[in-house]
Amino acid sequence: MINISEVIETNKMIEQENLDVRTITMGISLLDCTGATTLQALKRNVYDKIMSKARDLVRTGEDISREYGIPIVNKRVSITPAAIVGGGVCKSSDDFVGLAETLDEVAKALGINFLGGFSAIVSKGMTRADEMLIRSLPQALAQTERVCSSVNVGSTRTGINMDAVRLLGQTIKDIALATTERDSFGCVKFVALCNAPDDNPFMAGAFHGVSEPDAVINVGVSGPGVVKYALSHVHGETFEVLCETVKKTAFKITRVGQLVAQEASRRLGVPFGIIDLSLAPTPAVGDSVADILKEMGLQAAGAPGTTAALALLNDQVKKGGVMASSYVGGLSGAFIPVSEDQGMIDSVRAGALTIEKLEAMTCVCSVGLDMIAIPGDTPATTISGIIADEAAIGMINQKTTAVRILPIIGKKVGDEVSYGGLLGMAPVMPVNRFDCSEFVNRGGRIPAPIHSFKN
Amino acid sequence: MTNKAIITVVGKDTVGIIAKVCTYLADNGVNILDISQTIVQQYFNMMMIVDASGMTKPFETVGAELNELGKEIGVQIKCQREEIFDKMHRI
Repeated sequence: MINISEVIETNKMIEQENLDVRTITMGISLLDCTGATTLQALKRNVYDKIMSKARDLVRTGEDISREYGIPIVNKRVSITPAAIVGGGVCKSSDDFVGLAETLDEVAKALGINFLGGFSAIVSKGMTRADEMLIRSLPQALAQTERVCSSVNVGSTRTGINMDAVRLLGQTIKDIALATTERDSFGCVKFVALCNAPDDNPFMAGAFHGVSEPDAVINVGVSGPGVVKYALSHVHGETFEVLCETVKKTAFKITRVGQLVAQEASRRLGVPFGIIDLSLAPTPAVGDSVADILKEMGLQAAGAPGTTAALALLNDQVKKGGVMASSYVGGLSGAFIPVSEDQGMIDSVRAGALTIEKLEAMTCVCSVGLDMIAIPGDTPATTISGIIADEAAIGMINQKTTAVRILPIIGKKVGDEVSYGGLLGMAPVMPVNRFDCSEFVNRGGRIPAPIHSFKN
Repeated sequence: MTNKAIITVVGKDTVGIIAKVCTYLADNGVNILDISQTIVQQYFNMMMIVDASGMTKPFETVGAELNELGKEIGVQIKCQREEIFDKMHRI
């Protein structure tokens, strides 16, 4: 039988160490909406399908949260990539903007904070619909509030679509410009990915892949604060003790996620998909991945040893987590966003953390360069170069990588932007000023890598 | 799903905490299976394992009313389904 010290431990994790379930995301296939012959009919089909599946999502999440006493921060929906859904009837970028508006309406009607999947998978090439969707993004993300978008530009199997990478560099700048008055907020809702998973519950990269069933429940756990607290008791101990501590803590965190996922699945009558074993930080003090690295013995995130510490953390989280859940998927690892992690913000301010170091860190964790503000006058080709670098890391290392970068129009290095809530605050970071335009502008694809002769 | 719940009371010790909680539970058809208590950092911590299958009100309502009762007494009372503890601490 459960004893009082176990009960106190669990409740202390929740009340003092910011343990929460970060998101219950319902993935919904819209493939059965594509029979529509007009845009109007498609919008109605899409609205009705999402409403019919996710009507009770928010209420169910709140019920579970109250009954188990565990905060469930976000309730969200992901859909089949919109470029596939809209491909038949959207004849222009404006048509895709209209589809995004419908998605925004349904998100508001459901009471969810984000809906992901205004997306295109263009790892090898772009269809006309893919390109129209990408070109619609500045307007679509400016005119909608809750729609998130992602574009998968490459994979280990296909290589990197550099035409798409080039287009996205300019598109990200255009999104920033279209939302200038809100500190280029549109860019927060867009991410470029390589090796994007079909079952990711986290935004902005969530979409419901075509390999998925009609509807599915995916859950993203969190808990950097819990890991940090656990590590505060093992200062001076060996790596063996450090690893054991992370592993045990990750197990406990993940078990809560598994419970919530199974319960949500049962109550909503929708199959359980996966648990995403992620340490997702928030700007709350103590709920920081950077603070975990400091707890391991680094003066600041970004100090020499950071990549090794993060690799260890990421691996132990997975080792503890897989034991706790029957199905693990999504991104699964430690997130290292800058604006959403107070410890990362402090490291950038102190000059300990650069974009180049963050890039190295993305080689060993999920997912990529995330929530990084850069000067608004950064050339589009430089942004494309950054995306290409990240995609190359993902492609070669057979992992997911991503770029969610925020060129803040009118801001320069040293300025800061604040988005509030979980999105936090971002110091504008310097970008390497050397040019890569000739490389980016070549056009075509980077071929898929060889899988033998690994070094 | 089992129908057990864990009720925790945390706060400054005072006369009649257990009596008030037990009275409320008796009035609402909740059977107490086990009670234990301890003092952590000068705070009174009590845990009850209860059987919620005979609850005369919805689980959520009992949780909310216990929370209110706690505010009246000046302690924090939570009512959570047992599985969250069971899953976390038992393989």
